Amino acid sequence: MLRYIALRALLALLVAFTVSLAAFLLLNVAADPAQAIAGEDATQDVIDAIRARYGLDRPLAVRYFDWLGGVLHGDFGESYYWHQPVASLVWDRADETITLALSALTVTILIALPLGALAALNPNSWIDRFALGVAVSAQAVPNFWLGLIMIIVFGVTFPIFPVSGDDTWRHFVLPAFVLGASSVPAVMRLTRTGLIEVMSADYVRTARSKGFRGGALLRRHAMRNALLPVISVLAVQLGQKFGGSVITESIFAINGLGRLALESILGADIPTVQMLIFVFAIVFVTMNLIADILNAALDPRIRIG
Amino acid sequence: MSIILDIQSLNISLSLPTGTLHAVRDVSFTIARGESLGIVGESGSGKSLTALAIMRLLPRGANVTATQLMFDDHDLPILSDEAFAKTIPGVRIGMIFQEPMTSLNPVYTIGRQMTEAAVAKGMLSAAAARKKAIDLLDRVGIPDPEARLDQFPHQMSGGQRQRVMIAMTLMLDPDLLIADEPTTALDVTVQAQILDLLDDLRRERQMGMILISHDLAVVAERSDKVAVMYGGEVIEQGSSNEVLRAPAHPYTQSLLQAIPHLGGSPGRLGSIPGTVPSLMRPPTGCIFAPRCSHSRPECFTARPPKRAHGGDHLATCVLEQPPTLHNHVEALLGSGAKDGAEDVLVAQNVTQVFYSRKGLFGPKREIRALDNVSLSLKRGETLAVIGESGSGKSTLARILLGLSVPTKGTVSMLGKEISTLSGTERASFVQPVFQDPYSSLNPRRRLSEIIARPLELRGEGDHASRTKAIEASMELVRLPKRLLHTYPSQLSGGQRQRVAIARALVTRPEALICDEPTSALDVSVQAQILNLLDDLRAEMGLTCLLITHDMAVVHQVADRVVVMYQGRIVEEGPAREVLANPQDDYTKRLLAAAPRFEPELEDAE
Repeated sequence: MLRYIALRALLALLVAFTVSLAAFLLLNVAADPAQAIAGEDATQDVIDAIRARYGLDRPLAVRYFDWLGGVLHGDFGESYYWHQPVASLVWDRADETITLALSALTVTILIALPLGALAALNPNSWIDRFALGVAVSAQAVPNFWLGLIMIIVFGVTFPIFPVSGDDTWRHFVLPAFVLGASSVPAVMRLTRTGLIEVMSADYVRTARSKGFRGGALLRRHAMRNALLPVISVLAVQLGQKFGGSVITESIFAINGLGRLALESILGADIPTVQMLIFVFAIVFVTMNLIADILNAALDPRIRIG
Repeated sequence: MSIILDIQSLNISLSLPTGTLHAVRDVSFTIARGESLGIVGESGSGKSLTALAIMRLLPRGANVTATQLMFDDHDLPILSDEAFAKTIPGVRIGMIFQEPMTSLNPVYTIGRQMTEAAVAKGMLSAAAARKKAIDLLDRVGIPDPEARLDQFPHQMSGGQRQRVMIAMTLMLDPDLLIADEPTTALDVTVQAQILDLLDDLRRERQMGMILISHDLAVVAERSDKVAVMYGGEVIEQGSSNEVLRAPAHPYTQSLLQAIPHLGGSPGRLGSIPGTVPSLMRPPTGCIFAPRCSHSRPECFTARPPKRAHGGDHLATCVLEQPPTLHNHVEALLGSGAKDGAEDVLVAQNVTQVFYSRKGLFGPKREIRALDNVSLSLKRGETLAVIGESGSGKSTLARILLGLSVPTKGTVSMLGKEISTLSGTERASFVQPVFQDPYSSLNPRRRLSEIIARPLELRGEGDHASRTKAIEASMELVRLPKRLLHTYPSQLSGGQRQRVAIARALVTRPEALICDEPTSALDVSVQAQILNLLDDLRAEMGLTCLLITHDMAVVHQVADRVVVMYQGRIVEEGPAREVLANPQDDYTKRLLAAAPRFEPELEDAE
């Protein structure tokens, strides 16, 4: 088991660095960073000066390994835009995004799992159709649109929740709901199909022949099997919450990583963008790693195989 | 003996999108403590549904009625679902299912699954349950039971899992055990052990037992009483001896004549014409009448009476005297290879080694699927390759077909080495027929397309000549022309297997390789296919390599037999000699384990 975890962790790290390399190349090919920093009207002299000052005149490979060497020492460089170390900039804003992502995931789980399970246990009933309706609507509605509707309904018409800022837990209710809703369809449908499949499995019939029915049957023989694929998807969804926070944070004016990403992209602040991509990649692969480990812990066939 | 289960006039109907399926009708039987009842029937006869109805395990939308459904002193229909679940399933009636590979939950340990019901119902403490589980595992023949408790199902073989299933049902000391095809998925030698075990346990514990099987031989050996089901009805029941040795119903008689027997000289099998009736509407007359060779006009208009034929031997048939069994067995039409016939297919010293690794960096393990196998198939003969799962017989088939290349050794067709032949050349030499006609035919193609496909791939002939070839090969396998444009889903299992054979024959190959061609089929359909193979031997001198696990099938159609065990050929020779006088220990074990019964038809007359 330990060996398995170590191996997976190594692979995860490899993935993260590959992503950072790809991001580095794309950022530097897409635009000339010196030009962006200098502004549109800058003369060639100014651009050249900036290029020399930030070391942008060196070959790409040298700059990448320079950056990589820094990263290995915990140094992500200095922001061109805010003129402070990128690392402290990111850490300062991380807790807002973590709060948002986790509460969004909680919303997803609270809606999707019970709804999916109820739909699975009563296939083709009104609750199944209702769940399908919820899934289709949540799939069809874009994030930003739902955010704006929420602001109009719960912020303006019925001013129950604040719609801007990140000072109290009340500020996170609407954004968490908006961000969480986008994952409901995938998670709910997977729960539903997984549970329907498991409930008709031979081993559940065996459990029924031992006299287990209803809740006990679900708890003892169906839940763990049905949740295995759901866990993998939840991990991916949590990773997406970090990425998805760009739009939601902008709409609800939450000062987190998503907004930082937006601002630094607009300001061509390459070191910040580079670190954010690296952090998002790390979060994503870590989530998948945790899901793999959880799956292995819950499913002995993976553990031994 | 006290009656433990009393069922009178059980009816089960299922609501389907297309209407109501009257799956089980007017089924009545009783079981006494310590008694065993065998329920026999072909697929769709309602035997499993009857068992599931007793356990209330039927799917949603099933409707069960009965005038009497008494278990011991419980009137089952008046129990609420909750009260029923608490008192009957597991505790009083245990059930074992067909699929040991999937009937245990893969994510929990054996120990947890065995002990949970007893602990949850407050019958035993966790420690006591564990101790009982160890004792029972020991009793059912699992070595080192204590360590096994912490293992998971996937770490055990199919036979071991079925033993665990049996031990698990015994944890709650049920008074009645229902075994639904408990050995159908297992090898013959394992099957015999499991059936013996069930028999011993039944005697030891004075349990009642219902043994459900499609295999008459299995039931004949192990049951006190037998009920024969057809089309949702019990058409005959009585003591096993009476029913199997002096069958009173024409269906039971036909079924018995359709089974290939070890012993005696092989002859043509009796087959039942027609197909199983639709159960979408309850029949007005006798359910078997359309296929019955003794039917009279009243059979189609009025329900037949239940007639006693001495004691509790009942048959649902208008005939007062059972029809006389014609004991005369027609001889087989086909004959084996002529002396000095040439070798069509020769395998020399074929070895196939597979490698597997445990994990990404684990040590390499070598599996010898085939070990120095040599055999030759002569023109006009049927050579049977017999062995249990894992013996390498299907790997051998793939290599002989040229679908995979062996690690060592050569295969040649009519003297040409297979590696020098192109795919289409190979295909014109040898063609396969696979086990499951339900999955080996493309469901989106019509019969004409399926059968013509080999010709098309080889770019042979024009439209007219292809049509002729298709019709000729359909005639060979006795498929009526009107089926030419139907899809496989519209056909019965037997018809599908005929299509598979017609497809294989359309290019007039030198030989067929049939991999378990009848083991997915019902007994009466198997008889049709085995008779068809005999016809083809007589009419076109079919050369055939037949892979099977069934000794009786070997006896029925093979000229020569090759016995495989763990990738090696352990015995080879003329089929009659090998079956009558086996030399190798493994062949002897296989033969001893094969369920058999000789209905001694002479006594019935």
